[in-house]
Amino acid sequence: MSLRNIGIVYRKELTEALRDRRTLISTIVVPLLMFPLLTVGFGAAMVSLLNKAEKETPKVMVLGGADSPHVLADLKKLEGLQFVDFTADWKDRIVNKEVGAAVEIPEGFETDLGRQKSDTVRIYNYKNEIKSEFAANRVEKALKKYGDTIVKDRLAAKNLAVSVLDPFEIKQENVAPPEKVGGAAIGGFLGYFVIVLCLQGAMYPAIDLTAGEKERGTMETILSSPISRVHLVLGKFFLVLTAALVTAALSVTSMGVSFWGSQKFHAFDAGSASDAGSSQLHISVNGILSVFLMALPLAVMFSAALLTIALFAKSHKEAQSYITPLMFIVIIPAIAAMLPGVELTPKLALIPILNVSLLCKDLIAGTYHWNLIAIIFGSTCAYAAVALFLAVKMFQRESVLFRS
Amino acid sequence: MIEARGLSKRFHDKKRGEIRAVENVSFRCEPGKIYGLLGANGAGKTTTLRMLATILEPTDGTALVCGYDIVEQPEKVRASVGFLSTATALYPRLTAQEMVEYFGRLNGLDEPTLKKRVDDIFKRLDMDGFRDRRCDKLSTGMKQKTSIARTLVHDPPVMIFDEPTLGLDIMTARTIIAFIRECRDRGKTVIFSTHVMSEVEKLCDVIGIIQSGELLAEGSLPHLRDKYAERDLEEIFVKVVTPHYLDVEAS
Repeated sequence: MSLRNIGIVYRKELTEALRDRRTLISTIVVPLLMFPLLTVGFGAAMVSLLNKAEKETPKVMVLGGADSPHVLADLKKLEGLQFVDFTADWKDRIVNKEVGAAVEIPEGFETDLGRQKSDTVRIYNYKNEIKSEFAANRVEKALKKYGDTIVKDRLAAKNLAVSVLDPFEIKQENVAPPEKVGGAAIGGFLGYFVIVLCLQGAMYPAIDLTAGEKERGTMETILSSPISRVHLVLGKFFLVLTAALVTAALSVTSMGVSFWGSQKFHAFDAGSASDAGSSQLHISVNGILSVFLMALPLAVMFSAALLTIALFAKSHKEAQSYITPLMFIVIIPAIAAMLPGVELTPKLALIPILNVSLLCKDLIAGTYHWNLIAIIFGSTCAYAAVALFLAVKMFQRESVLFRS
Repeated sequence: MIEARGLSKRFHDKKRGEIRAVENVSFRCEPGKIYGLLGANGAGKTTTLRMLATILEPTDGTALVCGYDIVEQPEKVRASVGFLSTATALYPRLTAQEMVEYFGRLNGLDEPTLKKRVDDIFKRLDMDGFRDRRCDKLSTGMKQKTSIARTLVHDPPVMIFDEPTLGLDIMTARTIIAFIRECRDRGKTVIFSTHVMSEVEKLCDVIGIIQSGELLAEGSLPHLRDKYAERDLEEIFVKVVTPHYLDVEAS
């Protein structure tokens, strides 16, 4: 094994990769910009849209209520709602977003209230349409408040305190340490991103270094040099692995900075940094480093598998069509680990990708099941070795290298 | 020195079954001589040369290149060979100098030797004007010069050219022809494949006519002229190849 030769190939591939705009975009620019854009850009846009929707005074239409004039008058006094006149096409107007919601006062409602008989007041809205849902919620809140006033009056009339309805208060309190809360909240998410971005980072260089070489006609050039094919594939493999790890590292750093930045921003925005600080998620540096350590054999496996698959293709385009299904094979177990209730067991510890993804949740939460970690690390290393072996074998097959 | 001994190469194709690309080919190329492998498209020239350059492994037979066996010592063979074809492209994102240095390093040259060798070759081929230009920005002629420099950087005793002038304009093709002659004059063993008769007439000391993977005739141009009683090489080629064509069609 000549490390010199592997190093020569690696350095040359690195030089070419650093001069390739597409590689730089997929390996460096995308992971650096994705999270700030998602958290700051998309988050800020979302908050602004929600604020705008909240600040708007929704238009509400009242259906019926002709026999309940006092109730109607009280309703129309409610703040934050703009009542519009009844029209028969009220349903269409809600669907066309001209009216936010409609409230139906049942017949004889006022009389029934006087008799202390319970009626149903219906609120009509456009489900999942944000402004309509805001309007409906606001109407419901206002009606509840109105209902509370009536209850208070009734209790007062009978000389009873309001507390008679609430004999005790219920409050939930967290006892888990902050890093465990953080792990439970975003451990799965972090694992998912590290795994998917390892694959994403390796994808373009793997294609460029194999199918790309065939397409550009440089494969025959390099095969005519004295370097052994094992050294050649290892040099290429280390470059793909570097790209995978750099992408994952930049993504996690960018995610951490964006996450920290957005929390600081919200704390500042709320005007009370100390209160907001208590609800911030804590993620330990050790947790993140452990995730990276576990992702290392996975990145080896991805890099070797991608090289093997892409080498089979004759062109970039063909390689992409082979690799797209692989993306699903990776994403499905990575997402499965985020499902609530899916926990790491010795059997699941043998399933590639799912095992690392599940372990990430524990690692971020600061939980170290050493026996499971050993199984996962060992099995992922074994899968990685098989993938690398296949990549080397593939580079020795003429039918693959000169496929036409 | 190249000595091919019963070289054969068979490929398997899902639709066509077994394809005999090269069948029991034997020949010998001496240092300071140019051996021309003449054949039509698909005759087996490229496969033969790729086997000699150890890019493909023979199904049967072997060859000795500078005394090294192509099956047993492929890396030593490649270190003794400069291989140039129209299919051996350059890395587009490397500069001309980086391209040549990369192959020098792969051939085991140390840094001081490599620097001296690269400087010499760039001066000799008049490449100093574009040594720092990326290969994807070079003209066809500059690319050919860079490819030549790439094959020469380790000063190999054997040069293999697979249809090196295919698709090139006349001036670039002349550069290649001059380079092949220069290799012979420097005492290198040269083998090159072509289907251009004029190139063979101009360059070759020994000609091998190949068709359907078989070496059908071999010898110097005067020898072939005597044997087939024809002056014109094209007529000789047709005489040699036609019976074989008819055999293949009949079978």
